[in-house]
Amino acid sequence: MSDTTLDGLAVQLRRDILEMLYRCQSGHPGGSLSVLEILMALYYKTMKTDPSNPRWEDRDRLVLSKGHGCPALYAILANKGFYPREDLWNLRQLGSHLQGHPDMTKTPGVDANTGSLGQGASIAVGMALAAKHKKASYRVFAVLGDGELQEGQIWEASMSAAHYKLDNLTFILDHNGLQIDGTNDEVMGLGNVMDKFAAFGFQCFDVDGHDRDAIAAALAAPVSGKPKFVRCRTVKGRGVSFMEGNAGWHGKPMNAQEFEAAMKELGGQQNG
Amino acid sequence: MAESKSLRVAYGEALAELGAVNDKVVVLDADLAHATMTSLFQAKHPDRFFNFGLAEANMMGAAAGMSHSGLIPFASTFALFGTGRAYEQIRNSIAYVSANVKFGLSHSGLSVGEDGGSHQSIEDIALMRVMPNMTIFVPCDSAETRKAVFAAVEIDGPVYIRVARPVVETFTGPDTPFVPGRANLLREGKDICIVATGLMVKEALTAAESIAGRGIQAAVLNVHTIKPFDSAAVLAAANRCGAVVSVEEHSVIGGLGSAVAEVLAGKSAAKFCRLGIQDRFGQSGKPADLFKAYGLTPAHIEEACLKLLGK
Ligand SMILES: Cc1ncc(C[n+]2csc(CCOP(=O)(O)OP(=O)(O)O)c2C)c(N)n1
Ligand SMILES: [Mg+2]
Repeated sequence: MSDTTLDGLAVQLRRDILEMLYRCQSGHPGGSLSVLEILMALYYKTMKTDPSNPRWEDRDRLVLSKGHGCPALYAILANKGFYPREDLWNLRQLGSHLQGHPDMTKTPGVDANTGSLGQGASIAVGMALAAKHKKASYRVFAVLGDGELQEGQIWEASMSAAHYKLDNLTFILDHNGLQIDGTNDEVMGLGNVMDKFAAFGFQCFDVDGHDRDAIAAALAAPVSGKPKFVRCRTVKGRGVSFMEGNAGWHGKPMNAQEFEAAMKELGGQQNG
Repeated sequence: MAESKSLRVAYGEALAELGAVNDKVVVLDADLAHATMTSLFQAKHPDRFFNFGLAEANMMGAAAGMSHSGLIPFASTFALFGTGRAYEQIRNSIAYVSANVKFGLSHSGLSVGEDGGSHQSIEDIALMRVMPNMTIFVPCDSAETRKAVFAAVEIDGPVYIRVARPVVETFTGPDTPFVPGRANLLREGKDICIVATGLMVKEALTAAESIAGRGIQAAVLNVHTIKPFDSAAVLAAANRCGAVVSVEEHSVIGGLGSAVAEVLAGKSAAKFCRLGIQDRFGQSGKPADLFKAYGLTPAHIEEACLKLLGK
């Protein structure tokens, strides 16, 4: 049975994302909209977190390695109660705790600094390795972009994850097929990512990246002795028809008409 | 009215123009062609444009290989990812053998703005300056950016061109000289010399004009080449004026301010202070708000001059 209970929230979170980005006239709509259901599956169906104690030692960790998708994360953390929703409207302003890219030293609930692509995967490996070393039971999730997979560091991280048998670690791919300069295939073809991660020693899952239940089921599936890889098939700009599948909306600010059209299409109502 | 243009657009246009007269020139990018503006070269010379995707280290290494094979690669990405992630590829594959590779890296300094500290390179000049064989250009406007590109291709060896993101007034002209390694005295003045580079040159000129109203004559020296450094010009200005203020959109450690200090040490009794980013990281904000918060406005330069002169 699908979880229609969260449908309304998904609409509201998309509205929040667009409003944050519209207000600051910068930032990344496409990749924030494609990653939303992945982050919802994590924060509402999978991860143990405590908004009143963001640094709780036994919490599950999220590393948003594709850090530019952080508006989606920020909207969720506000909804979970890590900080007030009003904070969202200061995104990217001087002095705001909501930086252009995730900053663990400023934002409650953010577990790692990312934004320079390729680095988050290794940070997640380190967290998972520390859990094994300390015999702690928390899990670690890293959300990667498909363009980001072109960074060599991703594959160094993957090799080490399998080498250390990090079955407490999951790499989740936001596979929207697009990056900045075009499709992955036009810029630097990735080949078959399922085969690649399998060859690197991961247990691999392939799901519809906008189906929260399917994602959550893959995240819950037991694995032993291997890290997990979940390929989420997504649409960049999901939910706003003129952004969907369009690389031009990777990092472009909306004008007033575009913002209005997007909000109208999303429906729902609450604005900041 | 003076034209305004982004330095990165000028960079892309110059590459496209250069490509038309030099068929050895090839351009490499790392999924940022529409941000570094190498897309302008790509549109004109698609067969000489190579996108490496998000793989800066590989791109720099491949640029070395292309140069060993007779091509003249210009590799581009953001300043932070080029000088940072690919640092050791630049060091060993390029600078160590003085490979004929140019890298025009954009989105340097605080003026990246809202993307925040993770994207604001405040240390790239320092990183490149310590490498033997490296030439470093830091253009102040679009006209100078164009000249830097054409000068770079004349140099046999690695050249770093530091390119800023914002649209700014083009205040130098096509005839303003650009001789690599030779600083330009843009304004005469006997009381104090403001030594500036990049976007801070215009701010320095504005500050100099303003303190002229208080009877202080400030010279402005545009150091568009950080390496090789024009020690003679800086020393001469210091000894003439007796006071020097350096200003840069970069850490005061390792960049222009350090280069000036290295020249003055033991050779000049001039009073000296360094303006720039004071050993801290950047953060999100509008470029103008950041310049205010980090002390990089004409008012800050003016204040520093007055303080140094005891006024
Ligand atoms: C090391 C590094 N190089 C370049 C960039 C600039 N950049 C930001 S997002 C992006 C494209 C990312 O594509 P992808 O991973 O597919 O993200 P998504 O489609 O999910 O937005 C690039 C090149 C960066 N942030 N970090
Ligand atoms: Mg993508």
